[in-house]
Amino acid sequence: MDRVRRVISVIVANEAQVLARVSGLFAGRGYNIDSLTVAPIPDSDLSHMTIVTRGSQRVIEQITKQLHKLIPTFKVIEHDEMVEKEMVLIKFPIEEKLADIQALCSAYNGGIVNVGSNMIIVMAADDSKRITHFIEAANRYHPIEIVRSGVVAMER
Amino acid sequence: MKMSGAQMVCEAIIAEGVDTVFGYPGGAIMNVYDEIYKQNAFKHILTRHEQAAVHAADGYARATGRVGVAMVTSGPGFTNAVTGLATAYADSVPMVVISGQVPLSLIGTDGFQEVDAVGISRACTKHNYLVRSIEELPRVLKEAFYIARSGRPGPVLVDIPKDITGEIGNFEYPDKVDLPTYKPRYKGNDRQIKKAVEAIVTSKKPILYIGGGTVLSEASELVRELAEVTQIPAVETLMARGVMGASNPLLLGMVGMHGNYSSNMAMSEADLIISLGARFDDRVTGKLSEFAKYADVIHVDIDPANIGKIVDVDYPIVGDIKTVVHRMLPMLREKANPDRYQVWRNILARYDELHPLSYSDSDEVIKPQWVIERLGQLLGEKAVITSDVGQHQMWTAQFYPFDRPRQWINSGGLGTMGYGFPAAIGAQVGVGDEKIVVNITGDGSILMNVQELVTAAENNIPVINVILNNHFLGMVRQWQTFFYDKRYSETDLSFQPNWKLLAEACGGKGFDVESKEQFDKALQDAIDAKKVAFINVAVDRFENVLPMVPAGGALYNMMLEHKDK
Ligand SMILES: Cc1ncc(C[n+]2csc(CCOP(=O)(O)OP(=O)(O)O)c2C)c(N)n1
Repeated sequence: MDRVRRVISVIVANEAQVLARVSGLFAGRGYNIDSLTVAPIPDSDLSHMTIVTRGSQRVIEQITKQLHKLIPTFKVIEHDEMVEKEMVLIKFPIEEKLADIQALCSAYNGGIVNVGSNMIIVMAADDSKRITHFIEAANRYHPIEIVRSGVVAMER
Repeated sequence: MKMSGAQMVCEAIIAEGVDTVFGYPGGAIMNVYDEIYKQNAFKHILTRHEQAAVHAADGYARATGRVGVAMVTSGPGFTNAVTGLATAYADSVPMVVISGQVPLSLIGTDGFQEVDAVGISRACTKHNYLVRSIEELPRVLKEAFYIARSGRPGPVLVDIPKDITGEIGNFEYPDKVDLPTYKPRYKGNDRQIKKAVEAIVTSKKPILYIGGGTVLSEASELVRELAEVTQIPAVETLMARGVMGASNPLLLGMVGMHGNYSSNMAMSEADLIISLGARFDDRVTGKLSEFAKYADVIHVDIDPANIGKIVDVDYPIVGDIKTVVHRMLPMLREKANPDRYQVWRNILARYDELHPLSYSDSDEVIKPQWVIERLGQLLGEKAVITSDVGQHQMWTAQFYPFDRPRQWINSGGLGTMGYGFPAAIGAQVGVGDEKIVVNITGDGSILMNVQELVTAAENNIPVINVILNNHFLGMVRQWQTFFYDKRYSETDLSFQPNWKLLAEACGGKGFDVESKEQFDKALQDAIDAKKVAFINVAVDRFENVLPMVPAGGALYNMMLEHKDK
């Protein structure tokens, strides 16, 4: 069976246990989580979760149905028309070529966000695939630490 | 009104119309037990194990259709209840379990008898709550009962810290629940229903595949009518025995691993499967790639996640069976032509003649199937039958003439040994003493909740346990015979308790039966005694449950005849 990558948005009540219910569902039923982000939706008692998963068509369908079945789930959005972005933070030693790093960042919607006495931190926000490319390119400058945010997505 | 959290729990139970609660006290739930002591609006039955309390609430719920309630303390009280929750969850039983929890200030400190109850039960409840303040308690209790009984029913756990049951708050039991995230769909989509009816009308070999959802939805009468109007033959799953009625000429029998030949062939050769509240369990489908290869599927289920989970569905209908069938009926009355399926019915009748459900009786030894047939003759529609798990369960499902839904109560989804006796206790409490309640069990299973003899004796609950005693963990032994070259690893139960003495030691009646005549007499004596009873029937040790589809095999490849050993 073909495994497809899918971005699923889940709108849930912002209440205790809800993250555990969602992640427990994935763990208990053997579904895959590539990334999961969650934050409250402003001016509401809801939260928005973005889950990146992969599986066969049948599995993806089950995931959305099982998510919907959770009592605190308000809405599950799963289709091709998702605008998705991811952010990454990368820390470099200050000795690296700052101008090159700066140029690289701007190619990926990013820039320098913090400079210390012996390191700089840059960030970029872009499609997941491009973030991966960005990290590959950044590897040339001996990064000390890389943190990806996971995907956030919005329906078109 | 001002009252304590403990009083609120009692008030909610009363407001929900629950007349009996099953439970076991302990530190964290003592505030509630103190209130139970002070009231007499509902009864509390003290089981002798928390697992039994939950199974009893479950049996009560299945026998009556009402929400069952069980109550346990924190820590080990709760963990003992987990098997009961999982059992009820697997079979969609409406139930509310209330557990005590350590006080809020101790949560997260590994306090005495603290265990993460909501964490542990998340995967085996429909929903669960850890109550965090007295203010939310009335709403949580209301929601718990509502969620338990609505949509696809299921058990709900309400875990209440001890300080909250002790605290005083304002109690107003809500009339309605307001859950914007939970809206079960009952009605079924118009267009889909029309299309499904069209498919039925144009099919040649349709089969009604009836599952436990039909019982939960109280749809038995309408489903019988559907079959009657269309003359479409039907099979029942283990959970649906009784829906069509044993004497119904359109009922082929049970489907699945131990279903009869005609039922399984009907599924294999049908061109249209009409699934009503069934979920294509692996014990029904056998090898999936070989399952129902020629059939389109209409799947009616209140739980959308059941649809398309196992098999591809051509006509999905999310809705309540009763409502959907009710809406289909007028269209089918107008359009269906029963003659259309005559050839198909003939084929299936022929299959049934070829390999009817049977066993070879004996004069030397009691055959377990005989006991069940005999029970059926003597008690028939009068009795409520529960069972444990194993061969005896399958024989009961095959040979007892179930005539109505809720007459047959067993742990189908989880297959929990030890379920039958406490469930029978709960069922008896639910249906009242006029009905006879019989638990058909094995010499293995009955010991898994045997302490409930004391509960039944104390409360004059006259459940009759018929132990089909083969001195084996019979079902496992059967698999060892067939698939493990007769290596009987840890299944020989030759070492036995004295069943008669055991029952009598606990205040019940005991009977040892070694002949058919003795069985009839023991049953009559047990009924007359109006006391909890063990009827220990020595049966053929090596009898096998047949027909059988070996696990993972195709449904149409069955091990069939009972050959003499
Ligand atoms: C709690 C639990 N443990 C183990 C099993 C596995 N199991 C299924 S049937 C069976 C044998 C049951 O033996 P018995 O109750 O004597 O019934 P019989 O099959 O002999 O009729 C066992 C051990 C189970 N279903 N439940």
